[in-house]
Amino acid sequence: MTMQRPEMIAALAGTMRSSVSRRRLLQVAGIGSAAMVAAACGAGGDSGTAGEAASAEDLSDTDKTLNWSNWPLYIDIDDATGSRPSLEAFQEQAGIAVTYTEDVNDNNEFFAKVRTQLEQGQDIGRDIVVLTDWMAALWIENGYAQKLNLELIPNSANLLPAWQGVSFDPNREYTLPWQSGFGAFGWNKSALQSAIGSETLSSLDQLFDPALKGRITVLSEMRDTMGILMAYQGADPTNFTDDDFSKAIELLTQQVDSGQIRQVTGNDYIAALETGDVIAVIGWSGDMIQLGEDFGVALPETGGTLWTDNMLVPALAQHKKNGELAMNYYYDPVVAATVAAYVQYITPVKGAKEAMAEIDPALVENQWIFPSDETLSNAYVFMTLTPEQNEKYEREFQSAIGN
Amino acid sequence: MVAVVPTSGVSGAPAPVAQRSSRTGYLLLFPGIAWLAVFFAIPFVTLFLTSLQQPVPGKSGRYMFGLQFSNYSDALAEYWPLFLRSFLYAGIATLLALAIAYPLAYFIAFRAGRWRSLMLVLVIAPSFASFLLRTYAWKTILSDEGFITSTLNALHLLPEGRILNTGIAVVAGLTYNFLPFMILPLYAALEKIDPRLIEAAGDLYASPITAFRKVTWPLSLPGVVAGTLLTFIPAMGDYINAALLGSTGNRMIGNAIQINFIQFRDYPTASALSFVLMAGILVLVFTYIRRAGTEDLV
Repeated sequence: MTMQRPEMIAALAGTMRSSVSRRRLLQVAGIGSAAMVAAACGAGGDSGTAGEAASAEDLSDTDKTLNWSNWPLYIDIDDATGSRPSLEAFQEQAGIAVTYTEDVNDNNEFFAKVRTQLEQGQDIGRDIVVLTDWMAALWIENGYAQKLNLELIPNSANLLPAWQGVSFDPNREYTLPWQSGFGAFGWNKSALQSAIGSETLSSLDQLFDPALKGRITVLSEMRDTMGILMAYQGADPTNFTDDDFSKAIELLTQQVDSGQIRQVTGNDYIAALETGDVIAVIGWSGDMIQLGEDFGVALPETGGTLWTDNMLVPALAQHKKNGELAMNYYYDPVVAATVAAYVQYITPVKGAKEAMAEIDPALVENQWIFPSDETLSNAYVFMTLTPEQNEKYEREFQSAIGN
Repeated sequence: MVAVVPTSGVSGAPAPVAQRSSRTGYLLLFPGIAWLAVFFAIPFVTLFLTSLQQPVPGKSGRYMFGLQFSNYSDALAEYWPLFLRSFLYAGIATLLALAIAYPLAYFIAFRAGRWRSLMLVLVIAPSFASFLLRTYAWKTILSDEGFITSTLNALHLLPEGRILNTGIAVVAGLTYNFLPFMILPLYAALEKIDPRLIEAAGDLYASPITAFRKVTWPLSLPGVVAGTLLTFIPAMGDYINAALLGSTGNRMIGNAIQINFIQFRDYPTASALSFVLMAGILVLVFTYIRRAGTEDLV
């Protein structure tokens, strides 16, 4: 009785795109993709075991196909034909037919969709999936991600140092970053000017200025919002304590209760910025850059967040080798630059910056695609949480922003 | 649900024929029953079992078979305000929908003449667009810079200075989205009323108001009951309107269920909440039908 109609189920994607979202067109893209959340309502079995992921017989050599699930609009698209040039080139070069599906709209939602199969030790029919750090960590920990054969991915040596040695995958044996982005401030320049007399937004003090009461939103992605709040309070989001988190929750609760924060959203904030209902937000860099010159984007001076979406091969994938070949291809600097030029997110591939000079020189100095060390030093990667911590913090966050 | 009553035991018919026709009746029932079993009964039982699951010790986010009835009390303790709010929002939306739909249905049934079909199509037409898109459209309509909000603000009628992302917007969205479910049953009931009864009331010196009170309204009650149920029940469980049009303080119980399912992956709590919601609605509906005394009306 709680989900009466397919549209309502479908609407999940639209409303719960709380996690890293790509570009605003998703709002429409999400609608179609989510009937599957119904699957989330199935009974959760309990058969999964932590540890090494099961592998299936690799059919790659006989069956030249590859099933790839990625976020919408997260790869170069030829606007005229709707084709994906880099992917077409790969198919031609490798002789592999790629079924590229844009069906990851939200980490939690995607996981809910395939969870039962993973737990019951079934193939989820995908050879590459792209998941954000913390969700990738959860997959590795539960044995849902296979160890990569790095011999097939020599280009993985192009991974920039900043992305090497993450806590959930210290040697990058299971995952390779696809793109990264920042949790940052975004604002409507002229509206901000008339509200608080400044065209730029650099600190949370400004965001929480009473003149902006009811005109700001923060992200429903706990890590981005809480990371920025904790950094503002002087805690270290890469390594914080329960106390640090509670203090930030206090601040959040206070701002929610006072009506300062209008809404806590996924990427709905983009539309709200455009209509003028909202003047300033905590949002995602790539999304906000798309809005154009009337809008500003900046990392908070006390620090923003940095997240990464990672490619990984799910347990029992049938075309693991083909997946690894595709990963290798996308770690070629020229290919990486092609993708970055289109999606405007940070590329983790060494040499892409040099390659970009050929593709679009204007983007070479773009801090949102090729951040300097200084920029990166002002962005935190949220601490890796244990499942218990994750649940505890998510609950505290949700009860602060709702009910 | 669909209840096909087998037309057995037709008096006077020879026994063998009656028997065969009753068997045919049951045979005809089969698809319906199979449908119910597969898509309602089995999920229902699964959901119930899920609602009693207990966590696997030492494995966060994993649940196993159990008889953890405390899932229910915990869920209620945490989310009872959301049940109340859902009841309130859905109740107001239902009353508003009734107030809007009744005159409209009355007009279509008695006054629309040759425009009747067209008007009915117009009532249903918005449903051709996705529920979600229609709700998004309300974000634009109620936008702070929009016509409605600025007009009301100029008259100082809005305490919060805005409509969007308040409870008002959520109730408005619920009312709008479920309005056709109110209009259609009302129309069906009103349309069946014999206009000569109303004329007769007039002939007997009843004022138009008395005629409405004594004739039209009682005869339209089945439509009122059906319409209010069809509006209230889905509105009570809705979460889209609250998510898109509401703010942090406007979450409904549907939002809590969704967050527990997707965000926390806490299936037992989400299932328990779903069950409480279902049980609550059932009780409300039974009480309502009893009180309305409409069992014989429907």
